Amino acid sequence: MGGYFSEIFYGSKSLLIGMGITFREFFKPTVTVQYPYQTIKMSAKFRGHTELIADEEGKPKCGVCGLCERACPSSCITLGSISVDIEVDGKVKKKKVLSKYELDFTKCSLCGQCVENCSFGALEFSKEYNLASTRKEDFHFNLLKRLEERNA
Amino acid sequence: MSAPIQLRPDETFILNVGPQHPATHGVLRVKMEMDGEYIVKSETVLGYIHRMHEKMGENRTYAQYLPNLSRLDYLGALGYTHGHVLAIERAAGIEVPERAEYIRAITVELNRVASHLFWFGAFVMDLGGFSPLMYAIQDREHILDMLEAVTGARLTYCYYRFGGLYNDVDDDFIEAARRFIPRMRKSLKKYAALVTGNIIFQKRLEGIAPVSAEMCRKYGATGPVARGSGINFDVRKNEPYSVYPEFDFDIPVYHECDSMARYKVRMDEMEQSLRIIEQGLEKLPAGPIMAEKKPKNIKLPVGDFYQAVETARGSFGIRIVSDGDKNAYRLKLRSPTYSNMHLFDEACEGMLIMDALAFMGSLDLVIPEMDR
Repeated sequence: MGGYFSEIFYGSKSLLIGMGITFREFFKPTVTVQYPYQTIKMSAKFRGHTELIADEEGKPKCGVCGLCERACPSSCITLGSISVDIEVDGKVKKKKVLSKYELDFTKCSLCGQCVENCSFGALEFSKEYNLASTRKEDFHFNLLKRLEERNA
Repeated sequence: MSAPIQLRPDETFILNVGPQHPATHGVLRVKMEMDGEYIVKSETVLGYIHRMHEKMGENRTYAQYLPNLSRLDYLGALGYTHGHVLAIERAAGIEVPERAEYIRAITVELNRVASHLFWFGAFVMDLGGFSPLMYAIQDREHILDMLEAVTGARLTYCYYRFGGLYNDVDDDFIEAARRFIPRMRKSLKKYAALVTGNIIFQKRLEGIAPVSAEMCRKYGATGPVARGSGINFDVRKNEPYSVYPEFDFDIPVYHECDSMARYKVRMDEMEQSLRIIEQGLEKLPAGPIMAEKKPKNIKLPVGDFYQAVETARGSFGIRIVSDGDKNAYRLKLRSPTYSNMHLFDEACEGMLIMDALAFMGSLDLVIPEMDR
């Protein structure tokens, strides 16, 4: 019989302790960020989709070696190149120039293999995370075009 | 007036829990034969989220397989990637700098705390309490912010590399982790008062769903499920890897075998993880984070390699059979929840359905990891 009453006492006490905690929690400052009206700054190492890095002239640093294309686990990178004639020390030389860099972001898993394998240091992660869309085509990025738009 | 449906007194019916059901935390289907509210027989049906991760491991190079490992268990992903890189490093004979191993241990333990916190919240929500989930998520958010600042991702990390790490931790991370430990200890006290001491919670779990040590051995259950049944087995202690022998920590073991024991093991494990993080931050050596001698394209020697690690859910094993090529000939992932889940069918016979769902919560299931 004593056990019965002590359990009732213990039980009600435990419930009151719990209510006390939730009551104190009620007066704590709100930490919720009211997205989309408020946003937080992304950390410096945040990995969004990749972007091309431009050199001093605003051209992509990429030398079209194709290492990123081969390193990608889900083959979501498609490169294209054209060869142009350039003059070096009075001689005309052929040079490969990037003409197409397509990133299929629907397949990308942001592992960073392309950025690590790049021998020209021509790729970086963007800070973009706001990428909701109902159309698949919105995630097929033309990175070369994006770079030109950034330069303009 | 039509006559009411007559049921035979021994008639049973089939109840499908899932594949889309909040109690299963994922696409798991449990076919239960019910006698009223009591379970007569239960059958777990898997395969709704099978993604052929093992086969992918055989078709991709070792480096390309890195992002896959974090897609197994989205709550404690770092533990799984840790197992993978350790297996490859041991097979290929790559020396990992000490700093990298320390950072790995710290981040894995942080991830373990985050995983247990989310489990804690979801488990109490399975039992009908909502606010602990919010408190747990608030604490977990601090960990995710810290890990995001280092790894660049919040859940599906691809941070460890063969021979080291993707990037180094900065002072901000160390400072944030130092600040986090006392805050988390305070929160653990709060959870103990709010949830563990709660009379309704205790009555729902104590003595419910006994899983004997023998049953754990029979089904190969590991992790908190086995430790809640009195089996003192933790890969970190029994088969030490990484820098875990350097740390002073205990393995919580409970002998009650009930759902409460499994709950208590995880709550104590969070405290032990905090101890490891504290010591790791104290001892963190300076130095490089990437091995100097490292082949660019990794090819394993011919052979059979196995590495087990202790993840938040139990012992995770990765077996790689190599024929000397740049991808594995056979890759087998031994995931802890797959074994932990399978004792459910036997253990829940004759149980009330509400107790069985609480039991399922205490097993800490992550379906994509079970059904990889």
